[in-house]
Amino acid sequence: MMQFTISRATLTSRIAAIFALVLLAVLAAAPWWASSSFLHLAGEFAVYLALATLWNLLAGYTGLVSVGQQAYVGLGGYITFSLALFLGVHPLLAIPLAGLVAALVAIPVASLVFRLAGAYFAIGTWVMAEVFRLIAAQATALGGGSGISLPATVTKELGGKWLREASIFWLALALGAGCLALVYLLLRSRIGLALTAIRDSEVASTSLGIRIGRVKHVLYVLVAGLTAMIGALISLQKLRVSPDAAFSVNDWTAFVIFIVVIGGIGTIEGPIIGTIIYFLLREFLADFGTLYLLFLGTLAIVVMLGAPKGLWGYAAERFGWSLFPVGYRIHFKE
Amino acid sequence: MDLINIILQGVLVGGLYALFAAGLSLIFGVMRLVNIAHGDLIVLAAYIAMEVIRLSGLPPLVALIFVVPVMAAFGYALQRGILNRTLGGDLLPPLLVSFGLSVILQNGLLAVFTADSRKLDAGVLETASVSFGGLSIGLLPALMFATAVAVIAALQFMFYKTALGRAFRATSDDAEIAELMGLDRRRVYAWAMALCLGVVAIAGVFLAIRSNFDPFMGPGRLIFGFEAVIIGGLGNLWGTLAGGVILGVAQGLGAAIDPGWQILAGHVAFLLILAIKPRGLFPRMDG
Repeated sequence: MMQFTISRATLTSRIAAIFALVLLAVLAAAPWWASSSFLHLAGEFAVYLALATLWNLLAGYTGLVSVGQQAYVGLGGYITFSLALFLGVHPLLAIPLAGLVAALVAIPVASLVFRLAGAYFAIGTWVMAEVFRLIAAQATALGGGSGISLPATVTKELGGKWLREASIFWLALALGAGCLALVYLLLRSRIGLALTAIRDSEVASTSLGIRIGRVKHVLYVLVAGLTAMIGALISLQKLRVSPDAAFSVNDWTAFVIFIVVIGGIGTIEGPIIGTIIYFLLREFLADFGTLYLLFLGTLAIVVMLGAPKGLWGYAAERFGWSLFPVGYRIHFKE
Repeated sequence: MDLINIILQGVLVGGLYALFAAGLSLIFGVMRLVNIAHGDLIVLAAYIAMEVIRLSGLPPLVALIFVVPVMAAFGYALQRGILNRTLGGDLLPPLLVSFGLSVILQNGLLAVFTADSRKLDAGVLETASVSFGGLSIGLLPALMFATAVAVIAALQFMFYKTALGRAFRATSDDAEIAELMGLDRRRVYAWAMALCLGVVAIAGVFLAIRSNFDPFMGPGRLIFGFEAVIIGGLGNLWGTLAGGVILGVAQGLGAAIDPGWQILAGHVAFLLILAIKPRGLFPRMDG
């Protein structure tokens, strides 16, 4: 009889896990050892990592290609400002509340946009984001089309300069690492199994008893709530919201899509690799302005045509790498 | 009388939205492709028209003689060179590649033509109008609407009465069987895209005569076209015209209440129809 063992973790994945925890601990202490410009950059990195991870969960695993996630980024910012300005809620407490409210808003939104199939779903989500932006521009109490800054009285609630920068950085770190951990754990769970099955074949997964519609709905709402929490954090990083910036399709969706496509769609590692590449490119090419965007768009098309699973997917297939194993491996003994 | 006038203007603007939408509807019908760069291609056509006019001094509508073939050739090449490689069951590649294309077009136009807003000058055509019984109809909106009707009638004729249309319908129904019958699907798709961008060229020139344009106007035009397609129902070109008209009227009524509500009213009309009739008003095919 043939002997075999089943394992999930690999040596690389164990090393990666230890490395990730050490990195997290070092970064958590960053407010004591790093400059405020480093904190700012790292916070921004975490924000993009979180957005990319969430978009990847929708598009890469559920087939819900949304080009309207800026709807929830903006909504999160606007809810946070409303809560802080009109109800006197502490800005940091407003972040989870913004996530909750946005998730509630996402329930009826989902039932509308889910009526559009496939690619039309994508544009439907975009229309939704435009509706949110136009409504925000009509909100005169929040500065209408030109937006509003967080008054100094509210900013003071976040503490002095050091504490404010540190707590916003910690929140960004928590959201970035939290989203990554959530997706990892989610994909290892029963829902993850259902998601992977849906990704591979909707017809086959229906026949196995997976309620696709419900899984997609729940996931859309979850991602909307988390995206709004990131949006809330972004609004506190900038201390300002305006319709055009908060609901920007370029900043909160186009870049995020490029990150995921270049890094590797439908993999957990992809968004991490993509975010690193995105920030490296930005560091070296941002001075070129429009040429930089031209380059990014071209790179995304080349990757999509040449290596549809992105750089990570290409490497993983070739060398069998896996930092976040969600599947099982079977080893036979002779 | 005011209300009738608002509705009438809305109907005529709806013609322009139908022109935005017709190409979108056509390529979705033939190859199930939703091109996110559609709006940016409309803007590209406007800039090409601007250059043609600058070099030749022709009036904008006559410049179409050059702009339409240039855009059609570009469409053929785009389909054969890039978009054909993305087709094949999976939804993601065409969507993401056309999204990348959209960003490239916007920033390419920005790099070449700067962010200044431009406009094409059509002379007396822009201001001429006929009035009767208290209603006044601008010559340009009327011409726009008549063009939309003519374009859709021509597409309809092409689709149902010509060999090319038969090839489109056959490939749409079952691409593999169509290939067994001797059609090359990559070529059929390329012709569909060429035709689509021919219509886009007309839409772009009318857009550029009617209002200012800049490199970032594309996504907004894509959304209007998309709304017209969904309101009218997939696969129905006359439905698309009706969708454009409904969108135009809704925007007109919104603007009459408050200028800030113009675009919002159009979106709300779209969402209402989506809520009540998810497949649009006159659907002919499934998404």
